[in-house]
Amino acid sequence: MTPFTSLTSVVAPLIRDNVDTDTIIPSREMRSTGKTGLADGLFAPWRYYDAKTRSENPDFVLNQPEYRDAKILASGANFGCGSSREHAVWALAEYGIRCVIAESFAPIFYNNCIRNGIVPISLPRTFIGILAGGNAIVDLTAQAVNGRQFDIGQDEKTMLLEGLDAIDLTLKHAHAITTWQAADRAKRPWIYFGATV
Amino acid sequence: MIAIDRIFLHERTGAAALRSMAEAGRAVIDPARVFAVMDHIVDTRPGRGDGTLMPGGDAFITETRAACHAAGITLFDVNDPDQGITHVISPELGIVVPGCTLIAPDSHTCTQGAFGAFAWGIGSSEAEHAMATGTLRVAKPKNMRVTFEGKLSPGVTAKDMILRLIADHGASGGARHVVEFSGDTVRALDMEARMTLCNMATEFAALSGIIAPDEATFAYLQGRRYAPDPLPDWSDLVTDNGANFDVEIFIDAASIEPMISWGTSPAQSVALSATVPVNADINALHYMGLEPGQSLAGLAIDVAFIGSCTNARLSDLRRAAAIVKGKTKAQGILALVVPGSSAVKRAAEAEGLDRIFVKAGFEWRESGCSLCFYSGGESFPAGSRVISSTNRNFEGRQGPGIRTHIASPDVVAASAIAGRITAP
Ligand code: SF4
Repeated sequence: MTPFTSLTSVVAPLIRDNVDTDTIIPSREMRSTGKTGLADGLFAPWRYYDAKTRSENPDFVLNQPEYRDAKILASGANFGCGSSREHAVWALAEYGIRCVIAESFAPIFYNNCIRNGIVPISLPRTFIGILAGGNAIVDLTAQAVNGRQFDIGQDEKTMLLEGLDAIDLTLKHAHAITTWQAADRAKRPWIYFGATV
Repeated sequence: MIAIDRIFLHERTGAAALRSMAEAGRAVIDPARVFAVMDHIVDTRPGRGDGTLMPGGDAFITETRAACHAAGITLFDVNDPDQGITHVISPELGIVVPGCTLIAPDSHTCTQGAFGAFAWGIGSSEAEHAMATGTLRVAKPKNMRVTFEGKLSPGVTAKDMILRLIADHGASGGARHVVEFSGDTVRALDMEARMTLCNMATEFAALSGIIAPDEATFAYLQGRRYAPDPLPDWSDLVTDNGANFDVEIFIDAASIEPMISWGTSPAQSVALSATVPVNADINALHYMGLEPGQSLAGLAIDVAFIGSCTNARLSDLRRAAAIVKGKTKAQGILALVVPGSSAVKRAAEAEGLDRIFVKAGFEWRESGCSLCFYSGGESFPAGSRVISSTNRNFEGRQGPGIRTHIASPDVVAASAIAGRITAP
């Protein structure tokens, strides 16, 4: 995963609530069993008049020349709600979005962002309104957008900053996990379907 | 970091997660506690095989099958007698048990919180993390308690309870919380209704929903294949008296009416007797082809769909069948029933419910997610107005331009007969 420290980009405004993952990447655009080939289907229902011919809707924000290469997307409340499909984040990342600033996020989407090097930032709507359409500097180390502080968990911040793979991080504790499981097996054998170590 | 006790995969994302693990040289550490099923894009027409109506869908099925075999994971395959929607078969087989943690790369995993389990949806990367390490890193959620007190009116169901909660408190009302459903109304619900209630916690932006296990829970699990025998004592898995919650919500159950969504978010729902709000969101109104102040009852429909992990269990089908029995669906509409699992389908057929539906002009399908969502294959005629027992009414959820109204299966059944949105 690419480490994230800071980023400067124009902020593409997609200011509406409840932007769901079916819209970010419709199921019909998930054509292969892998994680790639998704950028073209990003926001397909809004981006294209016709999903088959790919004729573009010029009103959609990412079709406007000034926002085509935006790396930051701004939105409203509950961004990424709906289906847990990680494809939504893979599609955003493949398109080039590295940061989403929204009033709030759906929890599964938020976690998926962290796993894929996209920084999810929650800020008040009024501030997002000021950012939208302009340029923003996201400084993850300082936890600030254009100087305004945002909250992020320490674990999440470290993973993003260092581009760490969470599995490797956790496997460092493999011994502690096995020890815990052995004790748990004695207490709750049914969890392990009675199998012994 | 918390231990993950059960993992459930499905064919839409299962192959990707398992292949990505294999490529990284990582093994599934305890395959006995990982299960997989073909539910999302599997064909639901009679006589099905690996072929799907979604172009290229068979690759998801064959690759998931191969990856599960290679990893030693128990798979409920296309025509396995135990096949069905993840959140329907996991309880049926006793895979979810009180006090366990259970994850699946599917947002409606919260359904299984009805058993007093901590069950929630994740993405593929977290599924890989859990399979490789037996754990997940989870930010501690906040606690919310939603208490329903009082008696539900006839024709009002768990679906109406959850829609009312989301309509009152918004689609992000539960953000960052796990929601415990409690109160005498919840206690009086059977396990299937409790699953319906927890199912839509994700529509409330909650990480999960949960209900304290009780006698009804234990009776349900007794004798199920993967449930322990005898059942351990789980009676202490209840919230302490005087426990503090970050948020408490109280709802008078007697005041709940049959609900229906008018817009493109489950929060855009009202009592069936009410009208579209005058200050309704313009995007949603435009998509749904409605006007502010318009009444929903009486609106003509094109399709009636009974299915999904929300409302396609035996009790749902029984209530719907009782409504359509001896009647015929309205002319010109399409009506179909897709049982939540193959076991539900067999049980319904043993009671003759299939014949009631077929006689009334409904299609009777094999189990799967089916038309709960659109994957590029089967859908309804473009622009259709659909009354649906599912959980999401997002733009395009059931196909491009499809206008979805979500409601209880009771409302769907009554509307199918009338050809218009109608209270049961
Ligand atoms: S029935 Fe619908 S909501 Fe449930 S798991 Fe399948 S696609 Fe998801």
